Amino acid sequence: MKPSKAPTRTTARWREVPKYAFLSIVALLSIGPLYFMVVSATNTTQDVLGSSMLPGTNLIANWQSLTEFQDVGSAMYHSIINAVATTVLALVVCSIAGYGFEVYHSPNKDRLMWVLMLAMMIPFAATMIPLFQLFADAGLVNSTWAVVLPAIATPLLILLFRQSARSFPHEIIEAARIDGLKEVAIFWRMFVPTMKPTYAAAAVITFMTAWNNFLWPKVILVNPDYQTMPMLISNFTGGYVIDYGALMLAVLITSLPTIIIFFVLQRSFVAGFTGVVK
Amino acid sequence: MMTPVVRPDRATTTPAKRTKGSPRYSSPAARRRSLTGWAFLIPAAALIGLMMFWPMFQALILSFQTGRGSNLDWADPLTFNYDRMLDDDIFRLTLTTTLLYLVIQVPIMLVTALVLANILNNPRLKWKGFWRTAIFVPAAISLVSYSLVFRTIFATDGLVNDALIWVGFIDNPINWLGETNTARLVIILGLLWRWTGFNVIFYLAALQNIDPTTLEAAKMDGAGPIRTFFSVTIPQMKPMILLTVIMSTNGTIQMFDESYNLTRGGPANTTMTMSHYLFDVSFQNNPNFGYGAALSYVILIIVAVLAAIQMKVGDKRD
Repeated sequence: MKPSKAPTRTTARWREVPKYAFLSIVALLSIGPLYFMVVSATNTTQDVLGSSMLPGTNLIANWQSLTEFQDVGSAMYHSIINAVATTVLALVVCSIAGYGFEVYHSPNKDRLMWVLMLAMMIPFAATMIPLFQLFADAGLVNSTWAVVLPAIATPLLILLFRQSARSFPHEIIEAARIDGLKEVAIFWRMFVPTMKPTYAAAAVITFMTAWNNFLWPKVILVNPDYQTMPMLISNFTGGYVIDYGALMLAVLITSLPTIIIFFVLQRSFVAGFTGVVK
Repeated sequence: MMTPVVRPDRATTTPAKRTKGSPRYSSPAARRRSLTGWAFLIPAAALIGLMMFWPMFQALILSFQTGRGSNLDWADPLTFNYDRMLDDDIFRLTLTTTLLYLVIQVPIMLVTALVLANILNNPRLKWKGFWRTAIFVPAAISLVSYSLVFRTIFATDGLVNDALIWVGFIDNPINWLGETNTARLVIILGLLWRWTGFNVIFYLAALQNIDPTTLEAAKMDGAGPIRTFFSVTIPQMKPMILLTVIMSTNGTIQMFDESYNLTRGGPANTTMTMSHYLFDVSFQNNPNFGYGAALSYVILIIVAVLAAIQMKVGDKRD
């Protein structure tokens, strides 16, 4: 083995070339459209269609033409309110549920959990029309509640918190009970602080899903005054002449919050999606 | 199977005086604890019941009704909406298109994701953080955003045509979004761009859970990397592969954002998905909730049947 070691290493290195070439192509295709989006936000329509790959000087002009016809501030405000409210409520409701199913589990609770998991298979399309009727009857069309309520309790998030509650040592709970701590206090003062990574992961995926949600807000937010950022950019291309520079700027603004969260909390982002199945 | 046969736990209905000596609980504290547990999970259960199960049953009822807006009555015959579907050319077109996206895009995406995950999982890989970030980042972009970026770069005078002409692959710009086949191709390319990295995340998680001793054992037995991959790695990843197959199938069958924003369903409805058609029927021009509900039940049934088949196939071969 030993004498042949040096040549093997060089051939091994050459064998790596296709792998790195493949990764480079994938990375280029992956980042390319995003790079183009960022660059185009600073370019004129002419430059965008001329496929300029260099940053331009038209950023401020694009912003002016964007805000001239579109109420970006209002759409941003509604997007933030909807996404933050959904995230906060979802974290509270699903974490206490996941904790409840695991720590206080009984045959009946396990059965209920099984039924709730079935909801994962219900396509949103099949609930959309009756949900619209429900909120219309309640006079909640165009309201934040109508956007938020259907997104609070999700089987996936309950499962995520149930998994994390499973890893929470039961002896700690027993010890706290002996010390006379109330059940709610055990959850609030012991479970929540130790499960910060789970909360971060859950917050990242919930916020991203809520921020990017399009179909349901489009259905229930009938009045354009209440529209969210994805709705704003979707309506942008309705006209005959499209200002591509302004459009790409609007798309960039819409994507910025989730891109920032992704880069800052990449670990939580990954954990949020895979935490359930690990 | 779907009926929510949730019997209320006896603890919640038992009169208070039965606490002492109740055979169900060892102590009043245990009973109180059980009640606390129910209180913890009731909000989520109630919301899922009201926001998912109730509308699902309501949609079934609705699918047997006809009328304008909220003026709905039982259809005559009762299956009127379902009968109408059989003669609805647009419905059949959207069904075919959606299934076409499914059978082309999902296999390509999952195989690519599997290959990428294996490359990324190699401990000796250089610049691993960069590759990971580059591959994952599309999963952070909203579907509407990337649809509009793709709409822009695949415009007749857009980036893709310019690049292809520059390289010399084509002489004249292709009208990507104006022709059925190319427009469908753009949708599929978009789906691949947005979702491949997302699935890599899952496969990487599965690869990191593989027992390293099984890989060493395979090496000792003289198995090459390809053989090891198919005989040792893949079988251990099967639950995760099944999960990603079900997830991507569900997602593609329900696809709306790309159809609505990237191609607007055109040309001539040939890129339109079922959900997009459902949206048009239910909420555009003359809303028809009854017919919309019937269409939505077709989506529900397809999702359920495909998931059942996939789970059956996934369980086999062990």
